[in-house]
Amino acid sequence: MIEITPHKIDIPRLIAHVSDDGAGATDVFIGTTRNMTSDKMVVRLDFEAYEPMAIKEIQKIVDRAEAQWSILKYAVVHRVGTVEIGEEAVVIAVSTPHRQAAFEACKFIIDELKKTVPIWKKEIFEDGEVWVAAHP
Amino acid sequence: MELKVVAFGIARDIIGGKETVVDLPEGIAAGEAMIRLKAQFPAFNELTSLQLAVNEAYVEPDYAISRGDELVLIPPVSGG
Repeated sequence: MIEITPHKIDIPRLIAHVSDDGAGATDVFIGTTRNMTSDKMVVRLDFEAYEPMAIKEIQKIVDRAEAQWSILKYAVVHRVGTVEIGEEAVVIAVSTPHRQAAFEACKFIIDELKKTVPIWKKEIFEDGEVWVAAHP
Repeated sequence: MELKVVAFGIARDIIGGKETVVDLPEGIAAGEAMIRLKAQFPAFNELTSLQLAVNEAYVEPDYAISRGDELVLIPPVSGG
């Protein structure tokens, strides 16, 4: 399952989605919005996505993960729109027969997502806003 | 050929709207198209990176752009 959604992410639904009788392990990564960047208070984050390409790029990452680890089921959900401090912006769940693959595959997916998937976040401060990583 | 170029994130702020129309020769290489876009919008040069996606995929600089291709500007991604 790969989804881009403007709604609050239903984590129990994703965990249920990846459950499998052959799974000895399920690993879940939850990316949440922090209240500080450097030493500035963040009021909220706004996310946007080039949705059809984001889904394709996430699928490519999952395909690469499946080639390296024995993944039974997966779910990758990324939020778009405003995400308040402390809320989940991205959730990745994978189930595997043995736990090492679950840890490694889950980490691989989030690490790669951050490199290539066309999704952008803007930090909103009291006194301005900044597109993260846009400038050196 | 007249092509629509869609912009996201800071690229949208720089071009002053969600999309712009550019006139490019048929078959122009993606790398050359990017050079022309940066000449038109110099603020692109200040970004950490800027890529051109064609038809929902990253392309090499030598990809030949044709009529009907969907061009999208991809500034530095920051998902996750």
